[in-house]
Amino acid sequence: MTAISGDPTIISHDIDVASHHPDGSPRAMGFFTDTSICIGCKACEVACKEWNLVPDDGLSFTGDSYDNTGSIGCNSWRHVAFIEQGRPVAVSDPEAGDGLRWLMSSDVCKHCAHAACLDVCPTGALFRTEFDTVVVQQDICNGCGYCVSACPFGVLDKRREDGRVWKCTLCYDRLRGDLEPACAQACPTKSIQFGPVDELLALARERVDTLHQRGVGDARLYGADRDNGVGGFGAFFLLLDQPEVYGLPPDPVVSTRRLGQMWGAAAAAAGALALGVAAAFLGERR
Amino acid sequence: MAECHPVGFQWVMEAKERGATIIHVDPRFTRTSALADIFVPIRPGSDIAFLGGIVNHILENERYFRDYVVEYTNAATIIKADFRDTEDLDGVFSGFDAKKAAYDVRSWLYDGMEAPPGVPHGEQTGGAGRPIEHGEPPQDRSLQHPRCVFQLLKKHYRRYTPELVEETCGIPRQLFLRVAEALCANSGRERTSAFCYAVGWTQHTVGVQYIRTAAIVQQLLGNIGRPGGGILALRGHASIQGSTDIPTLYNLLPGYLPMPHSERYLGHQDYVRKNSAPTGFWGHMEEYFISLMKAWWGEHATADNDWAFGHLPRIDGDHSAYVFTMGMLEGGVRGYFLPGENPAVGSANGKLNRMAMARLDWLVVRDLVEIESAAFWYRSSEIETGELRTDDIPTEVFFLPAASHTEKDGSFTNTQRLLQWHHTAVQPRGDCRSDLWFYFHLGRIIRMKLRDRAPDDPKNRPVLELTWDYPVEGRRAEPSADAVLREISGWGPDGKQLSSFTELKADGSTACGCWIYSGCYRDGVNQTARRTPHREQSYVGAEWGWAWPDNRRILYNRASADPRGEPWSERKRYVWWDRARRQWTGIDTPDFKRTMPPDHEPGKQAAAEEALRGTEPFIMQADGKAWLYVPEGLRDGPFPTHYEPQESVFRNPLYRQQSNPVRQQFRHPLNAYNNAPDAFDDDGLFPYLLTTYRLTEHHTAGGMSRSVEYLAELQPELFCEVSPQLAAERALEHGGWATIITTRTAIEARVLVTERIPSVRVQGREVHTVGVPYHWGVCGLSTGDAGNDLLPLALDPNVHIQECKAATCDIRPGRRPRGAALLELVAGYRQRAAARPPGRAGHSSGRRSER
Repeated sequence: MTAISGDPTIISHDIDVASHHPDGSPRAMGFFTDTSICIGCKACEVACKEWNLVPDDGLSFTGDSYDNTGSIGCNSWRHVAFIEQGRPVAVSDPEAGDGLRWLMSSDVCKHCAHAACLDVCPTGALFRTEFDTVVVQQDICNGCGYCVSACPFGVLDKRREDGRVWKCTLCYDRLRGDLEPACAQACPTKSIQFGPVDELLALARERVDTLHQRGVGDARLYGADRDNGVGGFGAFFLLLDQPEVYGLPPDPVVSTRRLGQMWGAAAAAAGALALGVAAAFLGERR
Repeated sequence: MAECHPVGFQWVMEAKERGATIIHVDPRFTRTSALADIFVPIRPGSDIAFLGGIVNHILENERYFRDYVVEYTNAATIIKADFRDTEDLDGVFSGFDAKKAAYDVRSWLYDGMEAPPGVPHGEQTGGAGRPIEHGEPPQDRSLQHPRCVFQLLKKHYRRYTPELVEETCGIPRQLFLRVAEALCANSGRERTSAFCYAVGWTQHTVGVQYIRTAAIVQQLLGNIGRPGGGILALRGHASIQGSTDIPTLYNLLPGYLPMPHSERYLGHQDYVRKNSAPTGFWGHMEEYFISLMKAWWGEHATADNDWAFGHLPRIDGDHSAYVFTMGMLEGGVRGYFLPGENPAVGSANGKLNRMAMARLDWLVVRDLVEIESAAFWYRSSEIETGELRTDDIPTEVFFLPAASHTEKDGSFTNTQRLLQWHHTAVQPRGDCRSDLWFYFHLGRIIRMKLRDRAPDDPKNRPVLELTWDYPVEGRRAEPSADAVLREISGWGPDGKQLSSFTELKADGSTACGCWIYSGCYRDGVNQTARRTPHREQSYVGAEWGWAWPDNRRILYNRASADPRGEPWSERKRYVWWDRARRQWTGIDTPDFKRTMPPDHEPGKQAAAEEALRGTEPFIMQADGKAWLYVPEGLRDGPFPTHYEPQESVFRNPLYRQQSNPVRQQFRHPLNAYNNAPDAFDDDGLFPYLLTTYRLTEHHTAGGMSRSVEYLAELQPELFCEVSPQLAAERALEHGGWATIITTRTAIEARVLVTERIPSVRVQGREVHTVGVPYHWGVCGLSTGDAGNDLLPLALDPNVHIQECKAATCDIRPGRRPRGAALLELVAGYRQRAAARPPGRAGHSSGRRSER
């Protein structure tokens, strides 16, 4: 047999998924979810639940296209959104069919660089791992729920049955063993890619350029900007429409960013109030 | 493909990334359409008109690959003078017997040939098509002779114009032309195109002819036997290819050898003579057959006892699945094994299937969970309506829990004929056992009992003399799947594993369980378990698993080179003739006698593959050519012809003959049709098209997915998909309920109003489709009515598959009536259907199985 080397595949990029450098030091790891090749199979949702022993989220029919998961929550750490767009498939239009678009996108915890959930957690249950990911330690979480309201994406969610908060760990246990997270490994088209964040960022930018060159003008990155309101995502996306279309906030801001200012303002207000009260008393004496 | 074969679809995405144009033709805009470059909405049941339109486009615009067509297909072959086309006879071919609703195929043959007497027909010939007689039929390589295949083809499809396609399929002509041109532009010396299809093509009363039309397109464009070409059958579930190769079909033995008929054969020689061909590789059939007999009966198969030919079971007619079901219904079948099959949900006309099973004496169901086919006697819609009463059902149901594929060793054979071995990952729990365990020990116990009771009774010899000596392993006495694979691959007189089927002998010195799989245990190594990564080998991937035959990844790959043996182009270089070494070589195993030069001319006495020319790549065919025209082997015609489905709302726009005249129908009160045979529904009783299908989230009849919470929650309820226009017409509310009605039954489903179900304009009017996933039933975590209950039994005459993809229905808002009221609703429709004037069109009403 003639030895012709197998062509490197395009979708399955040769990214090293090992979470450690050769010297054993950990690397910042994340997801690049390329929704332009998502086929909406939901293997990510199932693989996540299988590996992480997440309970089912109830058998409820939503009628929202093929999405019966609804949103990310304590019992769904990955959520594939289905968005039907466009005009009907016309009956006699020469371009029939081309007007219809069915967007699919697998959403997940963004593992923000500036994570509000982490900032507000009073118990230290939430922590930043050696892979620069954000994880809840279930044996410490007391279920106070501060993180739930702090998350700009609504990712954190308290499980009613046990009172604790659950979310994507980016498969922390698997990463420690240099394994890919379950969702990325299960994804048949490699719409979910896992790897070192810096390498994924380069790949994502290249991918957007390629799509733009092919005339897919709608392609854009979401969460790749390191200067955005949460300091960039550890899990970022390539979208084919505005983030709002997918139910994602267009310009997320870490809810604790103005905490200092807020305390300052509160102190100023308190001072002003004290001054006013003092002035009132002083005035009375006059 | 993204819907039902998401893992395989990664390679379509890969191709798209490399610049391939992905065209998706479907009545629905699915997850596949979402990723395709061009989506082509089509009216269900009209694909032959669409593909025939492409054939006509290729011919009229001279876009065919002329050298390929002249050299490698039967385009130049001249057909008998008394052949008449459907164009001459308004929708039937010559030889049609309206009384029998069958064809006498003699007028279809190549000029100068006569059908040998007593030849088996169609279903008995396996995958290869009937051999033609020895001798060379006359040809006109200028393709001008009025009776040559090429001219007949032109004539047959002349009326399949873009306008006709638009009128029949609802595909706008500009869109049709865009597709036809994309295909033509991407074919030829430098480029190739592939077709992928699944049961959306097969499940029709003209299913085989759908595929045949694609085969004609691919032959004309030169897309067979070349890299990037082909017609890829995406199977309904894992290893369906394997279950055809090592068949679970009633009419085949392993390797597409026909199952002997009770009356046709005098002995093994007669059987071989009537089924083999003097030319091409079927010339070696006796070697394959005797080696199979040696594998099964070992020392008990000898030249003296006709190689145990008498031990083989016999068929005496059509024993296909639905004929068998009808047999149960009339009380002629007493017992039934159902390993991994759920006809109460998965088969067409579920009610008929359940009523049939309720007449059995015994039923053995082996599955992962208790499925509807095991529970019908106490939980089914017939119990609900009162049609069945548990106390009255005599059937004794044995439910035996089965092991899943992760709990046993074995192989899968995929659409590329690729065998991939899987190892036991976990031990099955409790009483769950593999199918291999079950059948091996069942056989062992039966043999023990026969030996105890009547060891000398000659009728027990076929069972007692079987080689039933597989080693068992572990405390559960699991038979060795590895030993079974070794037997399938075969061994020689010294006990050494064979390397290839070319080593098989007709003298009883070799044993082989399936000749096409011979070599899968070559060198004593389980070749199917090889997993060399793609980065460490050529793109052909020859060291990943093992493909039959001879680890060949593309069949008929001699066609990837020109007649002189040179690649058609550098870009599509695959297999070629090495002049210096005087042998065929390439990046795949050449599918040709390795040392036969391109200029080989057969001598008068030449036999088998030696009797073919060095320029004839289709070595399993007796004339070495790809068949644009099928002179023998099909029941319903040498050329595919557009016929309307059994149930249609349109008149056939092309012929007076409405539907496939030789399709298989069943007359039974439980199997009423919405319209009279060869009529169509135009009075609004069943005004909508009905198609059933699968979703990514569930697997077939749901036994493996509705019972798993992680899958059940993803699609928790049965729904139907309708267009906004239909929703408005029938006041269907998104998220609400609808009742879908046919003359078989009525079911209820939640309503998804979506633009993804196009309404198409056909014959001047807009027609709406109701889409129904068929996964649901009464068992499991997620339950619902079964979509296939709506469908009738109307079958393709060649392979007896049911028409699932195109029927008619009515739909109304709200839930269906309960209990006996459901029967009244359906009875009302039946009465109105029966009161209509009789059929409007047609020569005859097809082949009926009166029961």
